[in-house]
Amino acid sequence: MIFSNILIYFVIVPLLTLGGLALCSNKGVKAVRAVAVTGASVLVMLAIYLVAYFLQARAAGDTSEMLLQSKVTWYAPLNIELALGIDGVSVVMILLSAFIVFAGVFASWKMDPLPKQFFLWFFLLSTGVFGFFISIDLFTMFMFYEVALIPMYLLIGVWGSGDKNYSAMKLTLMLMGGSALLMLGIIGIYFHSSPEGQPLTMNILEIAQNNAIPHEWQYYLFPLTFVGFGILGAMFPFHTWSPDGHASAPTAVSMLHAGVLMKLGGYGCFRIAIYLMPFAATEIGWIFLTLTGISIVYGAFSACVQTDLKYINAYSSVSHCGMVLFAILMFNQTAMTGAVLQMLSHGLMTALFFALIGMIYGRTHTRDIREMGGLMQIMPYLGVGYVIAGLASLGLPGLSGFAAEMTIFFGSFEHTDTFRRVLTIVATTSIVITAVYILRVVGKLLFGAVQNEHHKELTDAVWFERLSTVTLILGVAAIGCFPNFFAEIIRYSFDPVVEALKAVGM
Amino acid sequence: MDYSQFLLMPQEMGLLLVFLLVFLYDTFLPQKMQKALPVFTATVFAIYTALSFIPVAAGEAFGGMFVQDPSTWVMKGILNIGTLLVLLQAIEWTNSDFVSVRRGEFYELILLTLFGMFLMISGRHFLLFVIGLETASLPLAALAAFEKNHYESHEAAAKYVFTAVFSSAVLLLGISFVYGLTGTLYFGDIAYYLVGEKSALLIAAVAFVIAGVGFKLSLVPFHLWTADVYRGAPTAVTSYLSVISKGAAAFAFLVILVQVFGAVYTSVWEWMLYVVIAITITVGNLFAIRQRNLKRFLAFSSISQAGYIMLGIIGANTMGMTAMMFYVLVYIFSNLAAFGVIAAIERKTGKVTTDDYNGLFKTNPWLSFTMMLAMFSLGGIPPFAGFFSKFFIFVGAAHQGSVAIYVLVFIALINTIISLYYYLLVVKAMFIRQDECAIPAFKSAWSERVGMALCVLGIMFIGLLSCIYTGLSQISEGVQTLFATLS
Repeated sequence: MIFSNILIYFVIVPLLTLGGLALCSNKGVKAVRAVAVTGASVLVMLAIYLVAYFLQARAAGDTSEMLLQSKVTWYAPLNIELALGIDGVSVVMILLSAFIVFAGVFASWKMDPLPKQFFLWFFLLSTGVFGFFISIDLFTMFMFYEVALIPMYLLIGVWGSGDKNYSAMKLTLMLMGGSALLMLGIIGIYFHSSPEGQPLTMNILEIAQNNAIPHEWQYYLFPLTFVGFGILGAMFPFHTWSPDGHASAPTAVSMLHAGVLMKLGGYGCFRIAIYLMPFAATEIGWIFLTLTGISIVYGAFSACVQTDLKYINAYSSVSHCGMVLFAILMFNQTAMTGAVLQMLSHGLMTALFFALIGMIYGRTHTRDIREMGGLMQIMPYLGVGYVIAGLASLGLPGLSGFAAEMTIFFGSFEHTDTFRRVLTIVATTSIVITAVYILRVVGKLLFGAVQNEHHKELTDAVWFERLSTVTLILGVAAIGCFPNFFAEIIRYSFDPVVEALKAVGM
Repeated sequence: MDYSQFLLMPQEMGLLLVFLLVFLYDTFLPQKMQKALPVFTATVFAIYTALSFIPVAAGEAFGGMFVQDPSTWVMKGILNIGTLLVLLQAIEWTNSDFVSVRRGEFYELILLTLFGMFLMISGRHFLLFVIGLETASLPLAALAAFEKNHYESHEAAAKYVFTAVFSSAVLLLGISFVYGLTGTLYFGDIAYYLVGEKSALLIAAVAFVIAGVGFKLSLVPFHLWTADVYRGAPTAVTSYLSVISKGAAAFAFLVILVQVFGAVYTSVWEWMLYVVIAITITVGNLFAIRQRNLKRFLAFSSISQAGYIMLGIIGANTMGMTAMMFYVLVYIFSNLAAFGVIAAIERKTGKVTTDDYNGLFKTNPWLSFTMMLAMFSLGGIPPFAGFFSKFFIFVGAAHQGSVAIYVLVFIALINTIISLYYYLLVVKAMFIRQDECAIPAFKSAWSERVGMALCVLGIMFIGLLSCIYTGLSQISEGVQTLFATLS
């Protein structure tokens, strides 16, 4: 029975939360908050339990590719199943999502107007995210992926700021464009999933095992799926939705979107595009490797010249998410582990950034760094939080960014060919550029002269804001101090992929 | 004559019985009871719809002119569900001032056209098919002109009658070519004689038949009547035209293309349909973007939806057939939800443009919610039914396997994004835009609410409950004879 599998509760809990929210009255904001916090806390507890369970199972010597597998047939004629299963990567992703949802609920404590509707969409989005990470069936995975995308339109359109109509439409259409490519890719994979004469399947593990996709088809299907997911991963030149979208989105949505949703892209690239089509990945992966290399440097340079705090962070996301895809395309154990660490690190760090920016904006009503200064004296708590996030972003040892980026660059440099080495060196320069834009903001925003006399009367963070940020800061520090703990969870996850790549002569 | 043949057509007989009851009620009952006629019709029709899902014996009647098999049975069932929803939504309108004197005619004509559509679906002889087509078309012109004090309604009727007659003429020309080639009008026999046929006459025949039925389905380039007729006709009639009439034509089209012309699939009609689908989807979408009147907007959206429906036929396989029936079912629910909202608002306020819907969520949250679900479902957003039907129809088309079909699916997918843009414009108007003079809060009639609630349930659960698709799939697998001559 599928309900005895703990994974299904990662979808059921958000759905129950949705139901609970729907029952709340439109007026009472207290009940809405209570339901949202309960839902988010249950998710965090489930996620922690899952990690413990996973570690225990691995320690007990279970080295199977996916744990906690179970499946129910859904659409029998097409062999579509509700197939669940997790490996180390999904476990850490689920953990990350749970924490960010939790922090996001507190970051939107004072949401106005229509708090109930806001949380409804917010939890629908989380349903999609969790569903995506627990599925190992192409169809259900894709369905959850789209469930996670569409609430963005209304979340940005209704609760956003700035040029929100434009941004919401741009973001939705670009991401949906990506999913159109993806759908074609999935249909193509489905019809070549099994050797001639055997029933077709949507199950990722079975497809990988059959390894039946003809090489000439891989040349079409790999770019379709990779670009499809890459758009969500903000791969150059398909990243343009990201700065506008993030800048207009309300705080919690930016957090969830940059923190988790963009990770769906990286996760999908590795789980579907590379894992199922290793041949094409090795043959034409270099094209995308170049593009991601451009993303890293270009994103960092763009962040240097922006003056809007959210734009700075959005471009820095382009750069950091580029690094995730870059590392995945290096095709070795070390770099891929680094990619997952980077997803975690970037998820927490960006969520922290967006939370802080939202809180600062809520007080000063501007996000332009030219109009602010000396905030460290006025709101020391938020200031310190911002510095920590900034240091994590530029890779200070002891915080998450360092562990992730070191692993990535070591892994990338393992390759002996000139092309990859040159690209790695180019990508490494982004560390310096990151330092430039982070320190520029920190210096101007926090330590410069106070620009606006009215800002002196502003207050520092209140309890729910502190709770939200402390959760994230703890996460950032945990990854930075104990990267091995996370690397341990991920350990066996890349074996099948790397083996598949080796088999085709990588 | 063997009267037991009529036992093979329980759905048709049941429908005629409903018609007869409505007719007698309308003609003989006193004036003060006439107000209950709409509810009476809807009730009787609901009972009939439920009964029509009792499985029927498969077989042929009238020397093979009429065929009943599981696929025709389920197609008629789908149309019955849609018609029931239309009847529910029309109750309030038919009781309004100018319409109430003629309300009986509305129901009688609707039921008659439905009877014609059943003949189209079950007919296996071109004569019966054409009779069905005419029975289904001509009363619709009268229905389009139903609001006789609106000049737009007249215009719609005139446009509809001219195109209907013209398309029939084209179709008959095509059929006469077929007769000239084969000397028979029985579907099965034609298919047998057409094997290996390559003449220019055949190509012309197929082209004319596609054009003739394409008018009914409003495929581009035979779509020019659609927008004006949809806008001018009363909303109840428009919704009937856009889902039931279109669904029936699509079902009949499947039978004709696959069974009659199956032998010349690759050589003649695959590429014709390919081109027609590609331009239908694209043109429908591009024109929909600029529409401000929601009825015109849905007209163009339904043109492009017809293109998607055809994707289920072009693969010419059982998977596509299943997907097509499923698509029509989902389309009925989604489109009727949208028309339900439009009809309710139009009846109260007379407003039908997108701008009138600004800020609707503040005043009428439930109507906005229904409309949003309809738009999401039409746009193919999960977890609503439209997502599943779109995915399956693409899978059904791609099952054919050639690279060209993948290109077509790609075109369709790109168009899905374009369509999402304009569906989101409606959502934007309702949820994001604010307006001081938004449509004030009002209570819609119970019948409208029941109709919309049924549509919402359908949109939410048809996709998630896999049993419906699985059932349709078993039925399609069971009628392999349809695909017998395919090459």
